[in-house]
Amino acid sequence: MKNRPDYVAHACLLLGVVLFALPVWLVFAGSTQDSNAIERGEISLMPHLGGLGIYPDVLLHGSMGSAPVWHMLMVSFGMAMAIAVGKIVISVLSAYAVVFFRFPFRRTAFWVIFITLMLPPEVRIIPTYAVMSQMHLINTFPGMTVPLIASATATLLFRQVFAAVPDELVEAARMDGAGPLRFLWDILLPVSAANIAALFVILFVYGWNQYLWPLLVATTPGLDTIVIGIVKMIGVETQTQWNAVMATAVLALLPPVVVVVAMQRWFIAGLTEGDK
Amino acid sequence: MKRRTLLAGSAALAATATPLVASIPAEAAGPTKIVLWHAMTALLADSLNTLCTRFNAAQTAYVVTPVYKGGYPDVMTATIAAFRAGQAPHIAQIFEVGTGSMLAAGKAIKEVWQLSKETGVKLDPKNYIPSVRGYYGLADGRMAGMPFNSSTAVMWYSKDAFEKAGLDPEKPPATWPEVVAAARAIKEKNAADIPMITSWPSWIQFEQYSALHNIPFASEADGFDGLGAKLEVNSKAHVKHVQRLLDMSKEGTFKYAGRDNIPDPLLVGGKAGIAFNSSGMRGDLTKSAKFKWGEAYLPYDPAIIKTPLNSIIGGAALWSMTAPHRTEAEYKGVAEFFAFLAQPQNDAFWHQKTGYVPVTLAGFAESQKDGFYKANPGADLPVKQLERGHVTKYSRGLRLGRLPEIRNIIEEELEKALQGQQNAQTAMDNAVERSNKVLRAFQRAVKA
Amino acid sequence: MERRTLFQGWKLPVALVLPQLLLTFVFFLWPAGQAVWYSMTQQDPFGLGSVFVGLSNFRELFADPLYVHTILRTLVFCFAVSALAMTVALALALVANRELRGRAIYRTLLIWPYAVAPAMAAILWLFMLDPEIGLLGHPLVKAGLPWDYHVSGLDAQFLVVLASSWKQISYNFIFFLAGLQSIPQSVIEAARMDGARGWRRLRTIILPLLSPTMFFLLVVNLVYAAFDTFGTIWALTEGGPGKATETLVIKVYRDGMINQDIGGSSAQSVVLMLGVIAITAVQFRFMGRRTKT
Repeated sequence: MKNRPDYVAHACLLLGVVLFALPVWLVFAGSTQDSNAIERGEISLMPHLGGLGIYPDVLLHGSMGSAPVWHMLMVSFGMAMAIAVGKIVISVLSAYAVVFFRFPFRRTAFWVIFITLMLPPEVRIIPTYAVMSQMHLINTFPGMTVPLIASATATLLFRQVFAAVPDELVEAARMDGAGPLRFLWDILLPVSAANIAALFVILFVYGWNQYLWPLLVATTPGLDTIVIGIVKMIGVETQTQWNAVMATAVLALLPPVVVVVAMQRWFIAGLTEGDK
Repeated sequence: MKRRTLLAGSAALAATATPLVASIPAEAAGPTKIVLWHAMTALLADSLNTLCTRFNAAQTAYVVTPVYKGGYPDVMTATIAAFRAGQAPHIAQIFEVGTGSMLAAGKAIKEVWQLSKETGVKLDPKNYIPSVRGYYGLADGRMAGMPFNSSTAVMWYSKDAFEKAGLDPEKPPATWPEVVAAARAIKEKNAADIPMITSWPSWIQFEQYSALHNIPFASEADGFDGLGAKLEVNSKAHVKHVQRLLDMSKEGTFKYAGRDNIPDPLLVGGKAGIAFNSSGMRGDLTKSAKFKWGEAYLPYDPAIIKTPLNSIIGGAALWSMTAPHRTEAEYKGVAEFFAFLAQPQNDAFWHQKTGYVPVTLAGFAESQKDGFYKANPGADLPVKQLERGHVTKYSRGLRLGRLPEIRNIIEEELEKALQGQQNAQTAMDNAVERSNKVLRAFQRAVKA
Repeated sequence: MERRTLFQGWKLPVALVLPQLLLTFVFFLWPAGQAVWYSMTQQDPFGLGSVFVGLSNFRELFADPLYVHTILRTLVFCFAVSALAMTVALALALVANRELRGRAIYRTLLIWPYAVAPAMAAILWLFMLDPEIGLLGHPLVKAGLPWDYHVSGLDAQFLVVLASSWKQISYNFIFFLAGLQSIPQSVIEAARMDGARGWRRLRTIILPLLSPTMFFLLVVNLVYAAFDTFGTIWALTEGGPGKATETLVIKVYRDGMINQDIGGSSAQSVVLMLGVIAITAVQFRFMGRRTKT
């Protein structure tokens, strides 16, 4: 259409890119600088390559009494995966039941699930903690993840996706003699793969970014997530080792960003189509 | 080394978390496990871990496992939630402003005197520095919370800035009029970016200020005599001080730089001429300040008092928590651990490593004896400030429920005044009115 | 919504919904029910004693002018964040929808902040704008500009709105871009033929076609700003200075978790629940209508 590059458009987009990247670059650059200099307000945008040693340092040894960062990364990863996979499995199953079957109290079941949308976590923390301890789930990995697995949003999404599956497809499957579970596995799941992938990205990010709940439920250093680890490094009444905090922040940012970027095609498609 | 203790600790904790249903006394041989929830990070956590490791090595009956639970409010929240769930830790480190709430916690806690009586482990109040013990004690002198990490507020100043401003760096101002004059000189000569700042505004400019001048912060002897206490920070003396801060802010000699420890970097970065802050900043300053700094007593207003009283403490105490099925052996372990911490060499270790003040007289003496104050001149100033004069009912500390909330209210109203939205009297009247509502709600809840 | 073809039997579907229902009961309904009960009691923090006080917690709440201010402040905050995050995202999407070299790369570089945790966004902006250690904040103050979000309520509000919207732009961008791409090129071409240009074309053709996306995003953004910004605000200002950045969720957390006023904060939680129910109802009706058409 036009041969001349659209300079204005490029300028706008670049501005947006910089707006997003600058704070992260700053934290990266800061992570390689002297902690005391940062505290004195002398942070700069130029990384000091000599300071990169902080990364293996925090990865292997942590910072000032924290668990090593690689371990916290593993915990975060495990938690994000468990929540993402758990939520998807549970939501797919319940949405499937609600859409393709008629059973007693179907509507009630649906509304019970739906109502969880309306209960912000702040409401429930103390009572939920009590439930957890009665079930001996304090200080356990399931305790950190299971309560976060129930999800109305995911169920609603799959309900919509499944509802949009044409009746003819179900008819055809039945003609071929496929039972309900075969149908779910062989036809429904492949058809909704993009939505599942998109949801996975969203839930992985959600799980990775949890803060308040794991802090309350997990009390052993062995169960520290990376987000909690950063907070622990910012000292109370003591010297904060800023470069270590910043290096850990960079490491904490990376995995969810990588997941989003690597899966962006499905993420975007699933996200926006699921809405239609 | 430390890593291994942590791992061992997690195993120990996982073990205590599960079998609480069984009220069968632990038949498994081996030491009794004691869990300690704390809010210490970095250097402080390391030092605490060292103390626990030493305790565990010194005897075989008990193993204390320190567990970091987040900041002070997090520890308190988690402890309360855990108690409600029947799983309170054996020991919880609760910040000083939580004392009122803890003492109202009835059977959730075992006060130190009670613990001492039941277990036969001697924990004598007389060993502890009076102004430290007083804050966590009952009105009659019995100890309730076990003093642990305590600091007090002092005045830090930049000797460089003082020199530049033509002030004597070895003679810091002792009274508020002198402080105002010094701040003006610093501003005039442009000797520092900011003439004066304060961290912990409510703690230092209201709570400490009241104690120093022997004026009530709240009625009922600052709350020690009953739950019916009302705030009294709208008194003439308080309003005068707020007005002073407002005036200084207006003329540019004082800068309000935020709540809690947010202004700390200004001090460490050498940007402030005078900085009110915790005595615990010594470690930070020694490690990373690039300027000559000095430490001085908190200033007083000679128009209100001729000789200032002792300052009060900040920091936290250890509380012995109860839980269903908690055994005598467990309480005994808690008491033994408390006694261990009070041994002179351990108290001195904690004091010298962390910059907190010693909590026992013997710990202070030990530090004098081993030459710590010769090597670190001025490090005993906070202790001297805590020890001077005699403790009155207004310099003992505060015993108010929901004090963290009250601190917030005071700071909010002060901030509004600093932004020019209200005058000093209105600000303090509002603070009192709002705080009293909180105090009444606490009173109702405790009586419930 | 109702489909004609169904599988038979009731045991299998019940087994399939059971795990979800179980989790919902144990971790949502039961605790939330307790919260409702707490809201009608006055109790000490340790739960040793509790008295039933009926609706007096609610009465006290709404009699407190500070609470009413917090409601209004939260509304302003939510709309400010939504407006900023949506406007910037729409602008970026409009530009990115043009025929450009490197469009895919731009898109990648614009969506990743979605993955940043709210508390992390706060930390990132702290290092940018803190008046003492911030890259931009420090020079600003040095240059004599009165920038200090610890003292000035306005500065603090600006900062939390900025940090909160920053993270949400990516999400909005994705939806706007998808919305724009679904507008047939021919429609835009036709408008161009008619001589509609620039701003007018945007207002008369594109925005109306985007309005379903916009409405959807508005709801999502409002909910995000109301609830998910807790980490951001808490890490930056803890609701201060004064109460300048205290939103409803900050207040619930402060009163419940820090001030240990279980009854009062539970009452606030219940009010919040009612709010979310209202928003969800609106959103659900809207989504329902769209799926039917």
